[in-house]
Amino acid sequence: MSTPLLEVRDLAKHFPSRGGQADVQAVDGVSFDLRAGESLGLVGESGCGKSTLARTILGLEAPSRGTVHFDGQSLGELSRKSWKAIRRRMQVVFQDPFASLDPRQSVLSILTEPLVIHGLFKPRERRLRALALLDAVGLGAQHLHRFPHEFSGGQRQRIGIARALALEPELLVCDEPLSALDVSIQAQIVNLFVELRQRFGLAYLFIAHDLAVVRKLCDRVAVMYLGRIVEIAESEDLYAEPGHPYTRALFSAIPVPDPRAPRPRAAGLRGEVADPRERPTGCAFHPRCPRAEEVPEARCRREGPALLPRRMNANGPARTMACHLAPAGQAER
Amino acid sequence: MRPSWDFGLGPGRLEALWNESAEVRGESPGQLAWKHVKASRAMRACLLLLALVGLTSLFAPLLPLPSPMALALETEPRPPRLFGSGQAWSAADYWELNPLDEKLLALRAKLFGEWQTPAWMGTDAKGRDMLARIVWGSRTSILVALAATLCSLLVGVSYGATAGYFGGRVDNWMMRVVDVLYSIPFIFLVIFLISVLNEYRSELSRLGVGPMTVFYVVIGLVYWLTMARVVRGQVLALRESEFIQAARAQGASFARILGVHLIPNTLSVVIVYLTLTVPSVMLFEAFLSFLGLGVAPPKVSWGLLAAESIEAINPIHTFWWLVVWPAAAMGSTLLALNVLGDGLRDALDPRHGKSNR
Repeated sequence: MSTPLLEVRDLAKHFPSRGGQADVQAVDGVSFDLRAGESLGLVGESGCGKSTLARTILGLEAPSRGTVHFDGQSLGELSRKSWKAIRRRMQVVFQDPFASLDPRQSVLSILTEPLVIHGLFKPRERRLRALALLDAVGLGAQHLHRFPHEFSGGQRQRIGIARALALEPELLVCDEPLSALDVSIQAQIVNLFVELRQRFGLAYLFIAHDLAVVRKLCDRVAVMYLGRIVEIAESEDLYAEPGHPYTRALFSAIPVPDPRAPRPRAAGLRGEVADPRERPTGCAFHPRCPRAEEVPEARCRREGPALLPRRMNANGPARTMACHLAPAGQAER
Repeated sequence: MRPSWDFGLGPGRLEALWNESAEVRGESPGQLAWKHVKASRAMRACLLLLALVGLTSLFAPLLPLPSPMALALETEPRPPRLFGSGQAWSAADYWELNPLDEKLLALRAKLFGEWQTPAWMGTDAKGRDMLARIVWGSRTSILVALAATLCSLLVGVSYGATAGYFGGRVDNWMMRVVDVLYSIPFIFLVIFLISVLNEYRSELSRLGVGPMTVFYVVIGLVYWLTMARVVRGQVLALRESEFIQAARAQGASFARILGVHLIPNTLSVVIVYLTLTVPSVMLFEAFLSFLGLGVAPPKVSWGLLAAESIEAINPIHTFWWLVVWPAAAMGSTLLALNVLGDGLRDALDPRHGKSNR
């Protein structure tokens, strides 16, 4: 098998907290692969470390542990120059379109800045490219000289996407690019993401709250809980039958657009998300898990399950997940 | 580089887009600001006044004014008069001027001969012409203000922005230095520096550093501190914002992030603070000169004139022209600076520009 585009191994990011408390373990040992042109969704509750994971992969935060390889190169060991070359291939779209554009730059200079930074093209070509980018995200030449404050949220997010595309990246990290937008605008932007992927063969690392959006956009989905991945699967399989108890709980929260459909009871989630400073022992999810008692000898409390291919039960789905309910190894064929 | 995406647009479509965009007129923030300034009558007037003040002060030796230090044996100040002049003008009646001013003075002698303006603004207690003293005095005041402004801008802004951007330990150390300098009483620091440097006056003048240069440098050294703090606070808040993160993700260098994103976004605060600095520095110069640490007579400055004029206010006889003219000169200049500063803050912010597209 060829090298994956992005290879994340045991990545962790801990933030020191004040007053002698334990560190905040925002991300704690995350591993996954992302193939070129693939789209991986990353879902989980607020505060589970999705954004920190994205920022660490992008090199905006230094990892506390673990490695990230981009196209076989270890990002931790790169020189400044090679980092810059990698940055061209890996771009980001941020959550808040009101904060992600410099209010003092015109659209033209926002879109040409990445090209200027990397010394690409001559001024006339840069301008042409800015025009083409605007066209690609559904804006027009008349927007070229305007400033961010003259645009609506959706238009700004389009500009943010165009800026990320300017360097022709292979991977686009999208950090909740939809959650600050109106629902009607969300749909347009989702379609834009779908279209851009088809046209340019982009790989996405797509972070979102909205599970329906992830289903539409992503080939695979990783579910995060408290800084770790608890389940990762092809999205078709995952949406057909979630494996991990946390995934089940999360997916039961998706509203079903059919008033006559039987209303599934939320899978009995108790309590709040734990404080990442005081990570529960063993499986971080066990205090809230409705099925933790089913595992003998309180194993969930004592021992953290590894993220491995498992099978929930004899005729259940085979999954890569971290749960003691499913014995490891059986799913391998 | 990999083959460029053409975004599915053929060359024809690109050409069409290009032509379409050529018809769309855009303005840079600088052009927008200029338009804003031009549109406001108040700002045009202020700009004109400041230009006038700047030019008269720069070309003071060229103007047919009496010498600012030519004494007349009189017992009390003489009121303004429109005609008639005092004693004859002489090119020797000046303090030591720099070569450029010498040339300007020679040119004036050629142009106007010995003719000089009457005492339109009256004379002071020593019979010196007030108009000449105000014009010549503006040079010191403007230079002091410029020195403080430049130091604030160059040192203060970059220092504060660097500390704010790096944060953490770097920020801690850099700002502790500022705190220590701050904690030393400002006036004592300046008095101390100037008196110490005065001890080495002969050594310094051998290096080509006059006492006035020392004075300007010392004032500049002190005035960047507040600016550094103000800018650091702003940058600290901006640093985490997503557009800075986006620039980092694109691979922008520190210098670029600082120069293109951070500093322009602190501009409004910087301008407001500068308009506060200029008057305070001019008054501070007056105070130091009053203590004998700044401008030494017979040289003049606006601050010195204002200080002298206080003596002219007494219950027996008020020599109003000693108070009114220096105050009017200083007041109108500072007012113009403030109006312009306030207007510029809005003008330089694209969000304030009226969108007429």
